Amino acid sequence: MARKSHVQTTINGETVEFLCESRQSLLEVLRDELHLTGAKEGCNNGNCGACSVILDGRLVNSCLVLGVETEGKSVETIEGLAEPDQLHPIQNAFLENAALQCGICTPGFIMSAKALLESNPNPTEHEIRYWLAGNLCRCTGYDKIVKAVMDVAKASA
Amino acid sequence: MDEKKEYKVIGTRPIRHDGVDKVTGRALYGADVQMAGLLHGRVLRSPHAHARIISIDTSRAEAYPGVKGVVTAADLPEAEDRIADLGEGAVNLKYLCDNILASDKALYKGHAVAAVAATSPHIAEEACQLIDVEYEVLEPVLEVRQAMESDAPLLHDSIRTTSMGETADEPSNVASHIQHKLGDPDKGFEEADITVERDFVTGTVHQGYIEPHNATAQFNQDGHLTIWCSTQGAFTVREQVAEILQYPVSKIKVIPMEIGGGFGGKISVYIKPVAALLAKKTGKPVKVLMSRTDVFEGTGPTPASYIRVKMGATNDGKITAAEAYLAFEAGAYPGSPVGPGAMCIFAPYSIENVVIDGYDVVVNKPKTAPYRAPGAPNAAFGSESVLDEIAEKLGIDPLEIRLLNAAKEGDRRADGPVHPRIGFVETVEAAKSHPHYTAPNGKKHHGRGVASGYWFNIGLESSVTINVNADGTINLIEGSTDIGGTRSSIAMQAAEVLGIPAESVNPSVVDTNSVGYTAVTGGSRTTYATGYAAYEAAQDVKRQMIGRAAKLWEVEEANVQFADGVFSSINGKEEEISFRDLCSHLGQTGGPIVGSGTVNPGGAGGAYATHLVDVAVDEETGKVEILRYTAIQDAGRAIHPSYVEGQIQGGAVQGIGWALNEEYIYNDEGAMTNASFLDYRMPTCLDLPMIDAVIIEVPNPGHPYGVRGVGEVPIVPPLPAIANAIYDAIGVRMTELPMSPDRLLKAMGKI
Repeated sequence: MARKSHVQTTINGETVEFLCESRQSLLEVLRDELHLTGAKEGCNNGNCGACSVILDGRLVNSCLVLGVETEGKSVETIEGLAEPDQLHPIQNAFLENAALQCGICTPGFIMSAKALLESNPNPTEHEIRYWLAGNLCRCTGYDKIVKAVMDVAKASA
Repeated sequence: MDEKKEYKVIGTRPIRHDGVDKVTGRALYGADVQMAGLLHGRVLRSPHAHARIISIDTSRAEAYPGVKGVVTAADLPEAEDRIADLGEGAVNLKYLCDNILASDKALYKGHAVAAVAATSPHIAEEACQLIDVEYEVLEPVLEVRQAMESDAPLLHDSIRTTSMGETADEPSNVASHIQHKLGDPDKGFEEADITVERDFVTGTVHQGYIEPHNATAQFNQDGHLTIWCSTQGAFTVREQVAEILQYPVSKIKVIPMEIGGGFGGKISVYIKPVAALLAKKTGKPVKVLMSRTDVFEGTGPTPASYIRVKMGATNDGKITAAEAYLAFEAGAYPGSPVGPGAMCIFAPYSIENVVIDGYDVVVNKPKTAPYRAPGAPNAAFGSESVLDEIAEKLGIDPLEIRLLNAAKEGDRRADGPVHPRIGFVETVEAAKSHPHYTAPNGKKHHGRGVASGYWFNIGLESSVTINVNADGTINLIEGSTDIGGTRSSIAMQAAEVLGIPAESVNPSVVDTNSVGYTAVTGGSRTTYATGYAAYEAAQDVKRQMIGRAAKLWEVEEANVQFADGVFSSINGKEEEISFRDLCSHLGQTGGPIVGSGTVNPGGAGGAYATHLVDVAVDEETGKVEILRYTAIQDAGRAIHPSYVEGQIQGGAVQGIGWALNEEYIYNDEGAMTNASFLDYRMPTCLDLPMIDAVIIEVPNPGHPYGVRGVGEVPIVPPLPAIANAIYDAIGVRMTELPMSPDRLLKAMGKI
């Protein structure tokens, strides 16, 4: 069996240490080693976006990043988004717009939307659709998701 | 049905009860289960579409470090050749077991052959490759018409065609033939001034839920088996596992975790019995997960089909006769949704003379499973395309011809049932008056199409328990797994009865030991039937609370009334107490109140939808762009309109994907060549405009608030609506799905 590596990284602002095999993806590390199961596996090859997290400010599919690659880096996951006493505005907008049905893709969409709005606070509908095209949702037809992100952009404008 | 039109809770849009859990990543889905000592299971699948299994040698895998157990079909009890009803219709247990782990033959690429439990998922995957399986590769049959040929390779020696009560002598891939007949079709066609007949081909498509199947099982030393999983129905998992393992249901507890989409595809079990076998063998909890490829290749898609439709009409547009031939691929074992397809195909119309023939045919593809209105979209693609052609040839507006022939209350469906109050006409009228229908659409290669669809909806059993809290709230216990907001749509019906806000209900979906029997979340039944059970449970609470108010006031129960959340006496005492305040007096008036409701309602009430779509066809690439989409549907009564809209939008978009891109692409050896989300092209948000969902409310007389199921019918119209729009754009009738760029280019004579 392969020896495990020791990795130190920052997750949601906290310094975290873990052991992982070289072949374990960041998604596996988050879910199986650190029990942060908010990032979901839908395809394990970067097509569905359910595992989206933000790595050093950049949106990534955590299934396509190795756990050992996060040494010294900073990871943001869905678990770190809300404040103790209030949700993040994107989370509120998803609830108010009924922008989820089964909810499996929701953490990925919210992280993706966060990365979008950080780089472009006032996106057009087309820009939102272009950015979110890396996240698959099979329940909603995307209508209410796109509207939720438009609402957040409007509120911050 | 309650005639009161003004509701306090129904029709409002509260935040869903499980919302915060789901936007914070805290909601636990099946794959999120963690526990001490957990082993990881993986399944070895057949690389061949059709092969005899000569031998399986697991010794190298068993010796691999980290492997704790290996199972094959030899670990399953010998299956009886008998039919059982397992919550999604009758199933032959032999077929059900063989689909879990192949015994003598692998019948499709991806068919499970063996499974390994190991200390890590990677070790389990590696060990699967060390299992030596000797196959005798056989010729596969991959298409329904080929499978029906008398010289086609046979999947099963045991299948004899049953037709109208007769069973054939010779084995065949045609498992059954059904027929519905109404009136005199020959005479009807003689009366027609115009007859149109076309044949249609549709591809195999998958539900495409984002969450792969998962199952974690634990076998205790006392024989109690616990299964954590995502499923559309914990009780059907319990029944299927009990039958497959020949184990009593009383010793199986199924804990339904949150479910990441199902659409019909998470009713049949696949890896749940495998996880149980591995747990039994290893003495440890075992979690088995599918990969995305496993999901495509090893779980039930909805069938490819060959359909022939003939319709005749008089010059003024009255349909005089209709005929359909439906041949559906069942996959490896009998049981395609050709039955529902035959029930739905002409159901929007009142037609005096109809004949519908349906064939259920096995082929070397995964055993099909339900998918949102199973069978109806395939069928409607044929019938609604032919109707469009008749309207066009007669010069009649496509919505007018639908109104002229629309089925109404009292009309008989070709398969027998008489329609109760239905809302088809209302959906067509709404389409006519919608601004979309009259908006300009005259550009070159732009087109507009319309189509309608029907789904019958189902009732089935549901149970709800309500525990009343001292602070005026209630805890609502239910067995319907929540795929799209049904905790709220069910809770709101109880809240309406008790005159309390939706937020005063805490709904919980619980395990099979903790609530009465509840059938699957499927058939568009959950808000209807489990909502009905919640209504009954709340009525039970109300009756008991009236008793408590009577006791408090020392009056007869008959002298207590309840309205708008307030109990009052009507014997001159003028006492009054709110539901909330009375809840704080339960201890002193007799103890806690628990209400219960169980139902098996018969009046599900059919659902109708009419869709409008504008498309642009790119002449160079053959790509079809959806420019505008309007989906109109009779919801009976929309309990939570946002989630009704969500069902309509989501169903329409699944239909758009089915119409334009989605299909299993097979090579000659029977291997699916596009078993990933990259190559199986489901719509992304960039492929779509906003979907305008229009809710019509024609209350269903079979429900106290008029609810009709809404989940399924929106996937029925998109296939023909888009085909009709493409015809309007380029003048070519597309009769093969999906209408992908290559097929469009061929149709336009470009390649």
